[in-house]
Amino acid sequence: MQATLIPLLLAAIGLYALYKQVDVFPVFLRGAQKGLHTAVSILPTLVGMLTVVYMLRASGAIDLAAGWLAPLFGVFGIPKDCVALALLKPISGGGGLALGSELIGRYGPDSYIGRVAAVMLGASETSLYTISIYGGHLGLKQMRYAIPAALCADLAAFAASAALVKCYFPDI
Amino acid sequence: MLSAIWVAFLVLALICGAFTGRLDAVTTAVGTGAGEAVTLIISIAGLMCFWSGIMELVQASGLAEKLSRMLMPLLRPLFGKASADREAMEAVSANVAANLLGLSNAATPLGLRAADRLYTLEGRRGSPDTVLTLITLNTASIQLIPSTVAAVRAACGAASPFDIMLPVWGASIFSVAVVLLSGRLMRPWFRAEK
Repeated sequence: MQATLIPLLLAAIGLYALYKQVDVFPVFLRGAQKGLHTAVSILPTLVGMLTVVYMLRASGAIDLAAGWLAPLFGVFGIPKDCVALALLKPISGGGGLALGSELIGRYGPDSYIGRVAAVMLGASETSLYTISIYGGHLGLKQMRYAIPAALCADLAAFAASAALVKCYFPDI
Repeated sequence: MLSAIWVAFLVLALICGAFTGRLDAVTTAVGTGAGEAVTLIISIAGLMCFWSGIMELVQASGLAEKLSRMLMPLLRPLFGKASADREAMEAVSANVAANLLGLSNAATPLGLRAADRLYTLEGRRGSPDTVLTLITLNTASIQLIPSTVAAVRAACGAASPFDIMLPVWGASIFSVAVVLLSGRLMRPWFRAEK
């Protein structure tokens, strides 16, 4: 399905923009420039996070923590190799991207672990960071149920990622 | 918070590496990790630029606004009395539309504007349910095109980088449902102070 969806979407957006008399290519370039800026601005975060992830991986800490917590996360069907990602993603987007990319590279993008890691990344937000941004902006003194509800949603996203990858790609 | 966690990770790598006798490997990792981060960014920057450009067209052509207007009736029931306020609901819908389209640069300012308006409607005190609904909605991801993840998969040689889209949608929708439902169910335990 996605084989037709993406090209179809691109052509449709281009045609619609042209029909709306948007100066298509310059506008595209302006957006691409913003994308480049985003990529450059997340580089320092990624350097900081990926280095630490590699150090933790080399020291054996990730495997150790995953081993301890695997039974807990296993209840929700989250594979052992993705436990560290489930812990890091709610706190840091850059950290999640770093660890997720490491998993996708290590196990291969079309492997079960690689796919689950990708879906986990795509289906979750940096929830605790988001709460701190909004809470800080408004000066809220207490967040009531925001944190537990957000963590429930993260857990739901991760459990659903593992389950849906298994359903959608039954032969891996 | 992140600073403490980051330092904790460094300390953990030291202690764990010393115990397992792998400090050599930990030291090597300092060089490879930093280098890999640059390689990763370079390999995903192309797709990030491209989608960012496409999404600029989505905004400029008015499609984002259209989506935002379509979302408004769906979002109204979540915001109780505040749903009667046009300004608040427009900001909320624009925030959700920006999230759906993956316009991360636009989504946060729009979300903060919506949060501000909702907070004002509630008299700017306590932690009102409408504001918390908006915040928790922003903690669950709802992205139509997971372009960054697809870029990482493409960089790693995936046969079809976007083939994870349906599971991503499924897991996203499930997590949005869970955040809204669990927030609602938890209200009695977390009463608002007046």
